[in-house]
Amino acid sequence: MSDRRYSKDHEYVALDGNVATLGISDYAQSQLGDIVFIELPDVGRKVAKGKEIAVIESVKAASEVYSPVGGEVVEVNPQLGETPALVNEDPLGRGWLVKLRVSDPGECDSLMDEPAYSEFLKTL
Amino acid sequence: MLDRPAVVEPIDDDKIPATFTGNRGLDQEEPLLFEIGRLDATGVDIEAPAPVVPRLGALERSAPIGLPGLTEPETMRHYVRLSRKNYSIDAGLYPLGSCTMKHNPRSNEKIARYEGFADVHPLQPQSTAQGALELMQTLADWLMTLTNMQAVALSPKAGAHGELCGMMAIKSAIAAKGEGATRNVVLIPQSAHGTNPATAALLGFSVRVVPAAPDGTVRAEAVRDALGPDVAAIMLTNPNTCGLFEREIVEIAEAVHAAGGYFYCDGANFNAIAGVLRPGDFGIDAMHINLHKTFSTPHGGGGPGAGPVVLSERLAAFAPVPFIRRDGESLQLIEDADGAESFGRLTAFHGQMGMFVRALAYMLAHGGDGLAQASKDAVLAANYVRASLRDVMTQPFGDRICMHEVLFDDAWLRGTGVTTLDFAKAMIDEGYHPMTIYFPLVAHGAMLIEPTESESKASLDLFIATLRDLALSAKAGDMTRFTQAPRLAPRRRVDETLAARKPVLRWTPCAAA
Repeated sequence: MSDRRYSKDHEYVALDGNVATLGISDYAQSQLGDIVFIELPDVGRKVAKGKEIAVIESVKAASEVYSPVGGEVVEVNPQLGETPALVNEDPLGRGWLVKLRVSDPGECDSLMDEPAYSEFLKTL
Repeated sequence: MLDRPAVVEPIDDDKIPATFTGNRGLDQEEPLLFEIGRLDATGVDIEAPAPVVPRLGALERSAPIGLPGLTEPETMRHYVRLSRKNYSIDAGLYPLGSCTMKHNPRSNEKIARYEGFADVHPLQPQSTAQGALELMQTLADWLMTLTNMQAVALSPKAGAHGELCGMMAIKSAIAAKGEGATRNVVLIPQSAHGTNPATAALLGFSVRVVPAAPDGTVRAEAVRDALGPDVAAIMLTNPNTCGLFEREIVEIAEAVHAAGGYFYCDGANFNAIAGVLRPGDFGIDAMHINLHKTFSTPHGGGGPGAGPVVLSERLAAFAPVPFIRRDGESLQLIEDADGAESFGRLTAFHGQMGMFVRALAYMLAHGGDGLAQASKDAVLAANYVRASLRDVMTQPFGDRICMHEVLFDDAWLRGTGVTTLDFAKAMIDEGYHPMTIYFPLVAHGAMLIEPTESESKASLDLFIATLRDLALSAKAGDMTRFTQAPRLAPRRRVDETLAARKPVLRWTPCAAA
């Protein structure tokens, strides 16, 4: 497993070659509460860094997920349609949202690593 | 002295045998109409229709439609029982406040039932409805005077509809200047009502969020940073949804105008300042006024909304039809603004006449000084709640004077295992409808309380004592009171997650039926 990098909006990307697995952090899922619906993008869609890539609806709120890196959607998590709760149960594993072919892997460098993100959470 | 019982009987369901009917005393279980209805019963006599030659072919219904038949008393009892399960402003304090319900003075109702107002029809000749037009014109004058604005559109049917109206006027004004293609961004603060970005998006604008300062308000500096030649307007609520007055609003208006944009003020919270401040003096261009919030017309299931919009000189020409014009002695409802810049028509007719009557009745009963007193009382009541609970609950933006509603967050619940939702549910067991929770989003675990101007001090004291007891109980770790709540409502805690993930959207008859 490669390094997981976090954005200030609580998304993570884990880069493997030039394909990034994108999801939301454990903190994000706990703040959202029980997730009931997830709107995922179509495969093939191109998304720019910082733009909306998915919408997560929980019992509390509907929240946009912003892609911390630019790229093209190559796969979406097929299980989330039936069991959106996976994001609550295992956000960093089986609850991943989207796989992206990133246009510039260097974009990940500006994101926070695990220790930096933990520090960031303490400031909230 | 508080009106509370000296001894409270403990509730122990196990010691009480269940009833045979499922009713709890006079608190009765209520089946669906479909469950109590029978095909052979009816409350009215209707002669069998003459036979017709069906022309529906294969589409003709072959089985009975299955509509429930009930006698008149059964029908009446069903709806009266249901209505008794409702919490209402006539039954108790309602901390959701004017957004949902507030006291509707009975004198409004009496006047709205006068024949001349109650029976007026939008299609009758205008010469026979001069009184109604005069009432609308008087209401419009009051609204313009209270806001210091130059024009008014009465037809919008609700606050969000009013937003749409105001923003359509702004869009038309921008188009008239030839800037329609370039000005396509609307600035919206983080604390905005959800309808603001929805209105902007519906009109094809994109939204740029203005961050809130640590004190919960919007800084002119932050607005200036977000402004540009692409900005059409800002939509700002004052007082804002945190119950705080936007102190830099005049500076914000100047900055927006200097950048060539318009200022839409969301007037949802006008009830905190009506009669005291005139939004026109802030430099705004358009604002909707929820007649139900500020001028006490019924809503929350009790009546239709009405959201007239006041407009500045710069936008007056773009107001929608119909509008009233005085023509010598008589008044005319102008339905067609040929050749003018009006953006067109929003509604089939002129708006909610019944609400106009009630709102004007309220205004005339209070007078300008009385309206100012109502605003001040609303602010006083909210601050009384704030000052009485600030030692047990926490405020997200520090301990400062609020307007007509007080915002608490859930920092004081941290570590107790009790959430804002649990706390709200426990209020139901105590006989109170919960306050607004989890809004505005800028406060974590928000609890927004608006007592309104109509609660007596005794009523507020009882409410405050209840919240204080609950707060202390949460801090003392009395979890069952919260996580099991509501324990005493007709229905226990609903599984919202299951309801959203596996919704049951259609009733199906039981096999036995």
